[in-house]
Amino acid sequence: MIAVKNLSVELGSFRLRDISLKVETGEYFIILGPTGAGKTVLLESIAGLYPIKDGQIWLRGNEVTGIEPEKRNISIVYQDHVLFPHLSVADNIGFGLRMRKYSRQKIKETINEFADLLGIVSLLDRNPGTLSGGERQKVALARALSVQPKLLLLDEPLSALDPETREWVRMEMRRIHDRLKVTTIHVTHDFEEAIALGDHIAVVGDGKLQQVGTVEQIFRHPNSEFVARFTIARNILTGQVITNRKGDSIFRTEGVDLVVATELRGNWHASIRPEDILLSTEPLQSSARNSFYGTITDIVDKGSTVYLTVNLPPDFICLVTRRSFEDMGLKGGSNVYITFKASAVHLF
Amino acid sequence: MLGSFFERLSKVLRKRWFVANRMLLTFALLGLLIFVFIILPLAKMIFASDPSVLLDTLLDPEVNGAIILSLYSALIATIVGFVLGIPLAYFLARVDFPGKRLVEGLIDVPIVVPHTAAGIALLFVFGRQFVLGKALSFLGIEVLDSRFGIVIAMLFVSIPFLIDSAKTGFLKVDVRLEKVARTLGASPWQAFFKVSLPLAWRSIMAGNIMMWARGISEFGAVIILAYHPMIAPTLVLDRFEAYGLSYSRPIAAILIILCLIIFITMRTIAYRGEKT
Repeated sequence: MIAVKNLSVELGSFRLRDISLKVETGEYFIILGPTGAGKTVLLESIAGLYPIKDGQIWLRGNEVTGIEPEKRNISIVYQDHVLFPHLSVADNIGFGLRMRKYSRQKIKETINEFADLLGIVSLLDRNPGTLSGGERQKVALARALSVQPKLLLLDEPLSALDPETREWVRMEMRRIHDRLKVTTIHVTHDFEEAIALGDHIAVVGDGKLQQVGTVEQIFRHPNSEFVARFTIARNILTGQVITNRKGDSIFRTEGVDLVVATELRGNWHASIRPEDILLSTEPLQSSARNSFYGTITDIVDKGSTVYLTVNLPPDFICLVTRRSFEDMGLKGGSNVYITFKASAVHLF
Repeated sequence: MLGSFFERLSKVLRKRWFVANRMLLTFALLGLLIFVFIILPLAKMIFASDPSVLLDTLLDPEVNGAIILSLYSALIATIVGFVLGIPLAYFLARVDFPGKRLVEGLIDVPIVVPHTAAGIALLFVFGRQFVLGKALSFLGIEVLDSRFGIVIAMLFVSIPFLIDSAKTGFLKVDVRLEKVARTLGASPWQAFFKVSLPLAWRSIMAGNIMMWARGISEFGAVIILAYHPMIAPTLVLDRFEAYGLSYSRPIAAILIILCLIIFITMRTIAYRGEKT
């Protein structure tokens, strides 16, 4: 288990106060927070790269607070995957092994083992400057994992990637974590990323820890306005993608079947942006494949726009302009149709 | 005839590509002037010299002795500068402290003071009547009119080039590379030698070359501390004053040719394989 106890860090005028976390061995732990919340500094403090003002860090029953980073066995992967530009991919992966003075043979075997695991064997002789973002990320991961760290720290590892690459690297990371079970703390500002990867999530912001819990707890029961801002205005569902008799892809969740446009199968999360959902009082004739009848249970007035919660069940949050809201004469308890295209359902 | 020439000229001047590139063409013209200004004296010196005279001059033991002394002393100064200057450059690139700008400014002072003045200042520290000079003299090291003095003078006036260049090099190395190295098990020393130093190596080499070059070309500070043994620039002056232009010119020509050869070679080696 990794425990951070009452950690306080100062960076210029900004501070992180009284952060306490517990991460079980083998867990994939997410720290979620907005850009500039000091997440990188938090990770560097845990790794011993940033001087802490107060608090303790425990790693598997040993306090490591005052120990140099090279003796902690905590690996870090940064957002833009800083690879050693003067070393080949193989030498990048082998860097930590050479520091540990392993034999030539053992270093070579370990490099190959991790290159194989990440599917980058063909890149071993390349120079980091010639790699794509996704490839660089995999090399950085292989380098961090090759020393068999007690804890792996990932600092926004997916944000520097383009959306498509991000998707498959994320799947890769999940796969590798399931395989190696390395205790991981992953920092992100992306809520979807947090849900897709995390066992537990800690939300940080305003210099302190806002909430810690399972994905469900954070999402269903945000304990503050701050946490709610991350989760509100998103329709996030958990379910299963199956093929129906007509050969369509169906996302099945809590009593509704959504038509989705995907080749994926199995257990996934789905998100639908509130602004992608059309509201109508009559059934709509359109090309959109998903149309449901429900009841308005909640209305949140945001000025020029209005958030409506429509219960089918489950609840869907929809966004309409104040003008349409008034023109349609909607109020709590009104029955409405919600309609959205299959391609508006994003699976992750 | 003249009229048609001007007509043609004005036609060219109105052409689209000319109008579009007016500024760059003007700059190129001005640049050419200064380039010719640099090249002309050097070229004339080299090509106007009689090769047989140059060879005879080169074989003069006093001449080749002075040249070797110049190269050697500047090399020693550069090595000393490397050992002491690189750590300082790294420190300045990584650590912020109050008064850092002042320290950086002071390091560059030797570049801006007149070098004879620098020589006098050095005399005040290393002269026999002063503490450091006395101490060294006690140890049997003479600064005045010695090779040691030459190296001291060269070191003083040329070290800023190495420190500045190396510092720029270290600043270009992402600190997070060092951090990653640390998490992978490298001590601060290993992170420096395995990551920072190799990555800043080009800048450091450029600094070394600059420093060595500056040392070889140094004259003002050296003659104050050590007129003898004569380094090459001192010999040029000595011959010029004693025998006149025709006797000093071959030495000057040899110096220029030698420096050109050395620096072109060194730059080629140092920047080999660099992508621009």
